[in-house]
Amino acid sequence: MIDNNQLLRFTTAGSVDDGKSTLIGRLLYDSKSIFEDQLEAIETTSKKKGHVGVDLALFTDGLRDEREQGITIDVAYRYFTTPKRKFIIADTPGHIQYTRNMVTGASTANAAIILVDARHGVIEQTKRHAFIASLLQIPHVIVCINKMDLVDFSEEAYNKVIGQFEEFSSKLLVKDVRFIPISALLGDNVVNRSENMDWYQGAPLLHTLETMHISSDTNKVDARFPVQTVLRPQSEEFRDYRGYAGRMASGVLRKGDEITIMPSGFTSKIKSIDTFSGEVEEAFAPMSVSITLEDDIDISRGDMIVRSNNKPEAQQDIEVMLCWLNNSPAKPRAKYSIKHTSNEQKAMIKEVMYKIDINTLNRNSEDMEMSMNDICKVKIRTTKPLMVDSYRENRTTGSIILIDDATNETVAAGMVV
Amino acid sequence: MSKYYLNYLDELESEAIYVLREVWAQFQNPVILFSGGKDSIVVTHLARKAFYPSKIPFALMHVDTGHNFPETIKFRDDLIDSLGVRLIVGSVQESIDQGRVAEEKGKNATRNALQITTLLDAIESNKVDCAIGGGRRDEEKARAKERFFSHRDDFGQWDPKNQRPELWNLFNGKQFEGEHFRVFPISNWTEMDVWNYIKRENIAIPSLYFAHEREVVWRSNSWIPNSEFLKLDEGEEVLTKKIRFRTLGDITITGGIESDADTVEKIAQEVSAMRQTERGNRSDDKRSETAMEDRKKQGYF
Repeated sequence: MIDNNQLLRFTTAGSVDDGKSTLIGRLLYDSKSIFEDQLEAIETTSKKKGHVGVDLALFTDGLRDEREQGITIDVAYRYFTTPKRKFIIADTPGHIQYTRNMVTGASTANAAIILVDARHGVIEQTKRHAFIASLLQIPHVIVCINKMDLVDFSEEAYNKVIGQFEEFSSKLLVKDVRFIPISALLGDNVVNRSENMDWYQGAPLLHTLETMHISSDTNKVDARFPVQTVLRPQSEEFRDYRGYAGRMASGVLRKGDEITIMPSGFTSKIKSIDTFSGEVEEAFAPMSVSITLEDDIDISRGDMIVRSNNKPEAQQDIEVMLCWLNNSPAKPRAKYSIKHTSNEQKAMIKEVMYKIDINTLNRNSEDMEMSMNDICKVKIRTTKPLMVDSYRENRTTGSIILIDDATNETVAAGMVV
Repeated sequence: MSKYYLNYLDELESEAIYVLREVWAQFQNPVILFSGGKDSIVVTHLARKAFYPSKIPFALMHVDTGHNFPETIKFRDDLIDSLGVRLIVGSVQESIDQGRVAEEKGKNATRNALQITTLLDAIESNKVDCAIGGGRRDEEKARAKERFFSHRDDFGQWDPKNQRPELWNLFNGKQFEGEHFRVFPISNWTEMDVWNYIKRENIAIPSLYFAHEREVVWRSNSWIPNSEFLKLDEGEEVLTKKIRFRTLGDITITGGIESDADTVEKIAQEVSAMRQTERGNRSDDKRSETAMEDRKKQGYF
């Protein structure tokens, strides 16, 4: 029954050459998610460009500049559905100058597909993708060893890549890594099982995506409810109603739970958890609900409702891994707006501790300038406390963005260490 | 113990509600862009859910080209009454009368592009700082790169190459005087998701979506409805067909498909077997390969 189908978000990172667009085209095509008029449009363009056959990669180009230059610049979102799941693909470019887009696509993903060309094995780009998947704590990583048709479907070539990957990935924090030998071009092990690789006993890619366990990807332990806004209808029927509207960031809250409001520290009990369709007994991530309390307490946007026996830390000095997203480099000791859940404060980057060379994964403590696409560990001081968890424990309450007040642009994304 | 995960429709709904509440928290004067089409109807339904038991705290804004299906206008007015929200109408006819825009000439002339000026004028004169739309990323290739919170400069223009990065669910709605945002709460929904949701929630939609008898003309591979605005070409004839519409735009550009689907269940079934995108019958998108991107840059929906 389709009603119980889950949503899985995954990211694909890769460059033009490793067959990423072909793989996405293959997934969409074989799952019948490409429509005839879209195919016709691609056929026309393929002909115009003098390509032989239909170039499925064109399907993933969106903007005029991208079509003209034949590259992916920005994150593009694709959708397909199978009888088992709905999928959202964040299709991101793989070049180093687009690190920020990879980070963006990775931020909400359950799974990352990393493409490796079987002929070339693990290269710098592979390491970069794996590092970003680990940094952004994507729960599942699927390494697709592509172009197996060009290495005679050799098990040895496949094992060699696994060896290379495992050698460097031991330093990373990825919980679940799988390896699948595929040929995106011919369709081997993408949707259908390959007839050319009897030695591979695992599932094809689509089946893996359809069946992998994702219910545990969100934190179900630490109850965190950032208040977005307060609902006060002041109508006849709901004269005294005061509901705190928000979306569960993690964990579970139940009617009757003893709760604490952060940062004020006031305590109360949950009186009701309401939705348009009626009251519910409990709320878990990522449900959007409205919560009422037994006591009249002053609560507003930016506050967080948590269970009294499990509180996040209210901190003003925060260590984060920061990815710089803007053309203008970070200004030392300058003030930025910081956004954390529904909370917004001012912040200052007090110290850059080190920069990570994302090709070698080495720390660099010499060059401390933070420019576009740099990833640095920094110390941030905020004007008022933020209720943070470590990003490793909680991707929602462990993440922040910085905004430059002079331009209003989002200039950095950070993960609380 | 109950399951601790949502099915995909509940997750999409929760995401949209979250986005709508962020809009309310981050902007002073947001409106819902209401076209009378199913996507803006779904967004309006989601807004009801997001703020319940309060009323929807935004006005609905309709850009009236004057080339409407009469059914759409009736549907709009009934909905406004039942929700008790305010309606703002931007009139393309007024923009023409005031000389702000000129009618297109020629056989395929429409008021589609003219709406941009009317929309931007209505946004400016009503001091709207955020216009919520029913745009979806699966609709069109330029939309696939659109943000949930999409910035527009003080000319109402979209700069696709210079969009703000959007990470996790941290939305940046900061703006300077005169700028505004477009927000798309159902970005991650597909046409199929919208229909499944309409079915599940039992949401009322205009009768135009259901199969009905109508006078039509075969043009550009679809059935264009006969109306006072339609000029017949040589060789074209008006026929009566049982059709329905997959999307609703102006009566002059919205093509219907032959169909017997007269219930939401049948439509959902039909859509799941479709081999053409829903905008395949919209002549406004067919003008060039980047027609949508070009219009969006100027400030289109």
